[in-house]
Amino acid sequence: MRRAVLATTGISALIVTLLALKPHQPPALAAVPPRSPLASSSPHTPGSTPSGKPSGTGTYTGDPIDTQYGTVQVAATLTHGRLTAVRVLRAPDQNGRDQQIASYALPRLTQEAIGAQSAHIDAISGASYTSQGYIQSLQSALDQAHA
Amino acid sequence: MPDTTTRLHHLEHVMGTVFSFDIRDQPTPAIHRALAHAVRALHTVDAVFSTYRPDSAISRLGRGEIRPADCPPEVHEVLSLCAHATHASDGWFSITPDGSLDPAGLVKGWATETASQLLHEAGARNTCVNGGGDLQLRGQAAPGAPWRIGIAHPLRPGELATVITTEGDLTIATSGTAERGAHILNPHHGTPATALTSITVTGPRLTMTDAYATAAFARGDSSRDWLESLQGYEALALKPDGQTWRTSGFTVHGR
Repeated sequence: MRRAVLATTGISALIVTLLALKPHQPPALAAVPPRSPLASSSPHTPGSTPSGKPSGTGTYTGDPIDTQYGTVQVAATLTHGRLTAVRVLRAPDQNGRDQQIASYALPRLTQEAIGAQSAHIDAISGASYTSQGYIQSLQSALDQAHA
Repeated sequence: MPDTTTRLHHLEHVMGTVFSFDIRDQPTPAIHRALAHAVRALHTVDAVFSTYRPDSAISRLGRGEIRPADCPPEVHEVLSLCAHATHASDGWFSITPDGSLDPAGLVKGWATETASQLLHEAGARNTCVNGGGDLQLRGQAAPGAPWRIGIAHPLRPGELATVITTEGDLTIATSGTAERGAHILNPHHGTPATALTSITVTGPRLTMTDAYATAAFARGDSSRDWLESLQGYEALALKPDGQTWRTSGFTVHGR
């Protein structure tokens, strides 16, 4: 018998990427190089060295993503394919409003991602992404970790 | 913990999106062959059903250049499945969502289910095939460990709205505006559906789960009663104002 359980953790969650370029952000930020699976693996989390560990272990840096809150970029640490930590690399800081939202939303995200069981994710379901949209998706980050 | 040493993982860019294959069984030669077969099949589906390709069978059929009898057999299968979905959804699933022939609301789920079936027949019992955000799950993530699937939050990129945990086979399809904007039309009025920002439907097989998610998104809040009436399907909807609703079959736990 199949059992589907909806684990409600409020607006919980996690993730990996985020972020982006807000329209008023300086071009220098927009020039952040795209992530490459190897090059992006880690300098952010001490002790996490993907090359020497089983597949799915390491720190993966998400692409900067444009959100309604501004530019966000997150690095996710996975151990054996399971998300164990999220570190915010970049948060909106260009104006008061974005800063206010960020100071609320981002730490909460990080904290819940680490502390909640919901952080252990095998795959992501969401509105159908295009081939382009996939690059910025959480599924993309998980796939990189598993590759 | 999954045994990552035996995991077989593959990404395929096809059908305008990305398919992720996550096979948690020992990858036998038969499973490798089935994966290659499944990938080829996806490209065939793209060639036959893509409305972005003017020379695809579905495009030519839609323009009246060929007749159904001239089409590959899978076209008949998909058109039949679409007819079933339309009937089962009281007309809210449409094979001509924007006025021209376009079975896209069902094809990706059908193709994903077909790929999953090929792996299963080759002996892969614990698999997750993710077709651009719609998933067919079989078995377990690891011995004793259920699959845990994050549902992308439609309004907050990078966040999850919730997590669905399943022990055993399940399919999960999400329709919404997060990735492609208001692209799902109300088939009765031809206007974009806007009552929901996303709806996630779970069910036994992905073809209909995907079609029902498309139909439910177009239908809006009244899809709740419809989905409640379907045996084996559950749903979670998120609305533009941040409110949510879900069908009664989901067991809720956590905080």
